[in-house]
Amino acid sequence: MIYLDNQATTPLAPEAREAMLPWLGGPDSSGFANPHSPHRPGRMAAAAVEIAREKVAALLPPGGRVVFTSGATEALNLAIAGCGARTIAYSAIEHAAVSEPCRAVDPAAVELAVDSDGLIDPAISLPSGVELVCVMQVNNEIGTIQPVAQLAERARAAGALFLCDAVQGAGKLAPPEGADLIAISAHKLYGPKGIGALWVRDGVRLEPLMRGGGQEGGLRSGTLSPALCAGFGAAAELALRKMAEDEAHLRALWQAARAALPGFTLNGSADQRWPGNLNAWHDGLDVARLMSDLRTIAFSAGSACASGSGKPSHVLGAIGLEDKKTRSSIRLGFGRYTRMSEVVEACTQIAAAADAQQEFGVAGHD
Amino acid sequence: MISGSLYLDHAATTPLLPEARAALLEGFARWANPSSPHASGRAARAALEDARDRLKAALGWSGEVVFTSGASEALAIALTRCAQPLAAISAVEHDAVLRLAGDAPRWPVGSGTGLVEAGWAVPTGLVAVQQANNETGVIQPLDRVAEEIRAGGGWLLADCAQSAGKIALPDADLIALSAHKFGGPIGVGALLVRNWAMLRPTGGQERGYRPGTENVPGVLAMVAALQAGNDWLAHALRLRCRLEAELVAAGAGVVSEQAPRLPTIGAYRMPGRAANAQLIRFDAMGIAVSAGSACSSGSLKASHVHSAMQQEGASEVIRVSLGRETREADVDRFVSVWKDVASP
Repeated sequence: MIYLDNQATTPLAPEAREAMLPWLGGPDSSGFANPHSPHRPGRMAAAAVEIAREKVAALLPPGGRVVFTSGATEALNLAIAGCGARTIAYSAIEHAAVSEPCRAVDPAAVELAVDSDGLIDPAISLPSGVELVCVMQVNNEIGTIQPVAQLAERARAAGALFLCDAVQGAGKLAPPEGADLIAISAHKLYGPKGIGALWVRDGVRLEPLMRGGGQEGGLRSGTLSPALCAGFGAAAELALRKMAEDEAHLRALWQAARAALPGFTLNGSADQRWPGNLNAWHDGLDVARLMSDLRTIAFSAGSACASGSGKPSHVLGAIGLEDKKTRSSIRLGFGRYTRMSEVVEACTQIAAAADAQQEFGVAGHD
Repeated sequence: MISGSLYLDHAATTPLLPEARAALLEGFARWANPSSPHASGRAARAALEDARDRLKAALGWSGEVVFTSGASEALAIALTRCAQPLAAISAVEHDAVLRLAGDAPRWPVGSGTGLVEAGWAVPTGLVAVQQANNETGVIQPLDRVAEEIRAGGGWLLADCAQSAGKIALPDADLIALSAHKFGGPIGVGALLVRNWAMLRPTGGQERGYRPGTENVPGVLAMVAALQAGNDWLAHALRLRCRLEAELVAAGAGVVSEQAPRLPTIGAYRMPGRAANAQLIRFDAMGIAVSAGSACSSGSLKASHVHSAMQQEGASEVIRVSLGRETREADVDRFVSVWKDVASP
């Protein structure tokens, strides 16, 4: 299996797996206590959590704190429902984990349009009275990098909070500047599933979603897993250390993929993008058939979350792609552990299968 | 364990079972996103759905299952998204229920027993009553409670964080559980719901009832822990009887001694010694026990559980909780340190 779906999830880094093992111990070990217990094993677990918190914080701007959550979806829900904003604007290409909670809080929430390159104009006018502006750092479907620093400045000038979904950018790019709230997820940066974090700028007040034991300064109740925290911390540390190397690797993969897919047209900006993502369409391509033809290649037709739904991608819709081209689009996601030979092999197979479809025709499928 | 140290705080969390650890590590290798439509994603999806079926079989549950990050989240979903408004909670619920309950009426508990009172006029709606208390181990009579709640058309939400995997699930309409209390990993749990109509969906994964990428390794490990069984509880009960006989002989009071209790949890009063002072002494001797719940320990506020049951000398009560690997020698060592701490 060639795995080209690194926006859906990334493989666990061996270093992250290793960091978790001491905290997955049995009764003969010291690594299982509840980090909220005041006794010695509890304090040791709490220390592991705090070390991990420092490592995760290193991916984020100074001047804020890291609140561990079960993942980015929870972090985003906590930010949106907890910040007290009633009037919200969010970009048209946000993940459902942003747009759904925004609409739940503000049914009249305003969608900020993107251009045909999948970018928001940093000079876009914000609705008057807006209290929360949500724009993601890197789009999960088309990989475009948004001008979040400028947008955060605009939000601040308008008196609004700025929330950045940095799930796809964290550990890969410098953190978004000027944001008040940043959500990230471990399993998108080669850490474990089941943990994420919300970064909260000092002075920003939030109301919790989950109450109970009062962990995480009362912002997020629930026993923290030292293992998941340690795995997240190790993944964050590694991502920071390998940031330039990873990006250079992905840039080489992206260029090779682009060259091996001559019949495909890129979706989203070619320059303002994360090279781990390649979203492109091919005239007349039946993606469902392509996926069933190429069972040894794991790739996606849209965002994984929406893939099972059969709904057309809202992101490709937002950049103005016609329905027909949207349905003929594929998403390839490269990662740190993707090899050049895999990319070449997979793209050669995809190109051949796409050409064969055209040659033998799939008339009627559209 | 740290050399020479003794862990008797299994109600806070208990070590990962070897079966659960193996399943977790296997799950780490099966890391695809279960929402992805490609073969790896479908394999992860199949593993997740198989685990759901195995969890239902292990618990004897025929309703629906929503995997969550733990019991706190399961309770938050039940309390904020139930189709019936919250009508009441018992006075001894965990903070995860209490702090989302606002000023909902409190179902009083008997003094000394901690059991919800019979004959209380139960308001109609969602009523939260835990199966077993985290501080005292007291098991509520949920069959009777469910009957009283349903007589008025209400539903029972049972927090089974302490009891799931140990005793049979109650006949409740909604049930919250947490893997790390029965030998699974921290960071995963479930909300069981009799049918989907009882909850309002939000969209996203778990049939639209819990958005967020599923923690497949965690779920696999949770189910493996459940399937490992609980034969050891009979042994735990014998150990606790031994412990209590010794402690009572040394002047201890046993909280809710006459009430049905989980075999693994006991709360004991050492007259004349503040709980926090006791904890420091036990900790110095390498023994991990607690005063009340892990989350509230460290705070100086009185336990609402002990207040609700009018426990005498509540500030002198500590919790001892036993686990699968607790041995007779551990109990004896605890008793000997207890006597030392209690001596004038």
